[in-house]
Amino acid sequence: MKRYSALSLLREGLRGHRGWTPAWRTPEPKSAYDAVIIGGGGHGLATAYYLARKHGITHVAVIEKGWLGGGNTGRNTTAIRSNYFYPQSAALYDKSVQLYEGLSRELNYNIMFSQRGMIVTAHSEPEMEMAARQTNAMRLNGVDAELLDADQVQKLEPRLNFSPQMRYPIHGGVLQKRAGTARHDAVAWGLARAADARGVDIIQNCEVLDFLVEGGQCVGVNTSRGEIRAGAVGAAVAGHSSVLASMAGVGLPIHSYALQAFVSESIKPVLNTVVLCPPFGTYVSQSDKGGLVIGGGLDRVPSYGQRGNLPMQEAVLGGLAEMMPSLARVKLLRHWAGIVDVTPDSSPIIGPSGLKGLYLNCGWGTGGFKAIPVGGYLLAHLIATGQHHALSRPFDLDRFSTGFLVDEGAASGIPH
Amino acid sequence: MQIFPCPFCGPRDEREFHFAGELGKTRPDTTADVSDSEWAQYLHTQRNEKGRVKEVWMHMTCAELFVMERDSVTMEVIEVRALRRDHE
Repeated sequence: MKRYSALSLLREGLRGHRGWTPAWRTPEPKSAYDAVIIGGGGHGLATAYYLARKHGITHVAVIEKGWLGGGNTGRNTTAIRSNYFYPQSAALYDKSVQLYEGLSRELNYNIMFSQRGMIVTAHSEPEMEMAARQTNAMRLNGVDAELLDADQVQKLEPRLNFSPQMRYPIHGGVLQKRAGTARHDAVAWGLARAADARGVDIIQNCEVLDFLVEGGQCVGVNTSRGEIRAGAVGAAVAGHSSVLASMAGVGLPIHSYALQAFVSESIKPVLNTVVLCPPFGTYVSQSDKGGLVIGGGLDRVPSYGQRGNLPMQEAVLGGLAEMMPSLARVKLLRHWAGIVDVTPDSSPIIGPSGLKGLYLNCGWGTGGFKAIPVGGYLLAHLIATGQHHALSRPFDLDRFSTGFLVDEGAASGIPH
Repeated sequence: MQIFPCPFCGPRDEREFHFAGELGKTRPDTTADVSDSEWAQYLHTQRNEKGRVKEVWMHMTCAELFVMERDSVTMEVIEVRALRRDHE
């Protein structure tokens, strides 16, 4: 792997940038690997990376039916946070934030993780009580959190609507300073480059058609580019998890929905943090290019079509206009939707699938991007050891029959 | 905006409809023993198919439940029919 540095940039600059080489190879699939990861998004690539780096398993293939990071990794709003209520979730998502904090250096690839902070506003006295409860829960879980009053929110984000005519006036909010945003493509590319450098084969345009099952055990996959045998198979395919699991005869507690997001034209800096106003169901941050990155809740119709529908666009953008009236006339540049895998408790599923030799990393719903490092870390642990890591144990598929749900949808009060 | 057809009221705005669940789930027979995994299967496991799906929807303005067959990729509605047997 050619190291990137200020010096290499300068040297290449002087040579007319003719010396750069592709960041990863384009290998032909081999007939067998120690492990095959399905899904070349963030989670799949992170799994391969941690398998190689942490467990020394480098005879690994990542197979992707489209192109790298072309699914939800390229379709999110790039927010990274760990402001969760339950200890299990806080431990999981905060581990992810911690891994993100070291990722640029570790990968020798600038993922542009900017810990600019995230505010979740509260809009009434009872909501302030809940905000205090949330802050306390986060602190007890060892996650940084600060309870802000209205003046403190206004100081951080003066463009928020503080007019007395506002339908839901802002009373305060919860701030997580370590939250922020990162460059989504860079996360995928950086992980791909680092995994490839350790010997992982990244195979694009290769679709899984079926699982190879022998003696009740998954021993590989049948793909559009031939049969690939594997010691273990990991699946990290987000919105298509049910489709893949059904090939293995496994039923999942998942509904797939479209989640939309929007980017505006570039404007001068107007936002310092990521702001979520729950009553409007809208959150917004500003990218380094100046575009507003706007997100909201799920479309209400179960869907595999990667595009959104109008009622949710209206709700999200109307919400933004109420949150920050000065942004009401900003023009949109792009709008898109990704297919997200929503579980009954809005928590992920990490663990054995029920078919021996096949492990799952899915069910992240609307919040998979922030969990890329930890999702990969835990799936790699499962594949390498066959055992749960302590962090992934609460998120096993068995919680739906034992009843130990981790109901973040109800607890966090944020759209999932 | 998508227009969904209600078998009782005709074509209406999608915002008037609520997705109630997949068609064909049967509540376990509670006069016999029902295991945890059977309950979990009934409560949580979804077919979540890509392509043609059969679902139960409610048209909230008339509060009637009905079956909608549609395509979960193209979002095309293929057929709707009432769940009530007396509706002909």
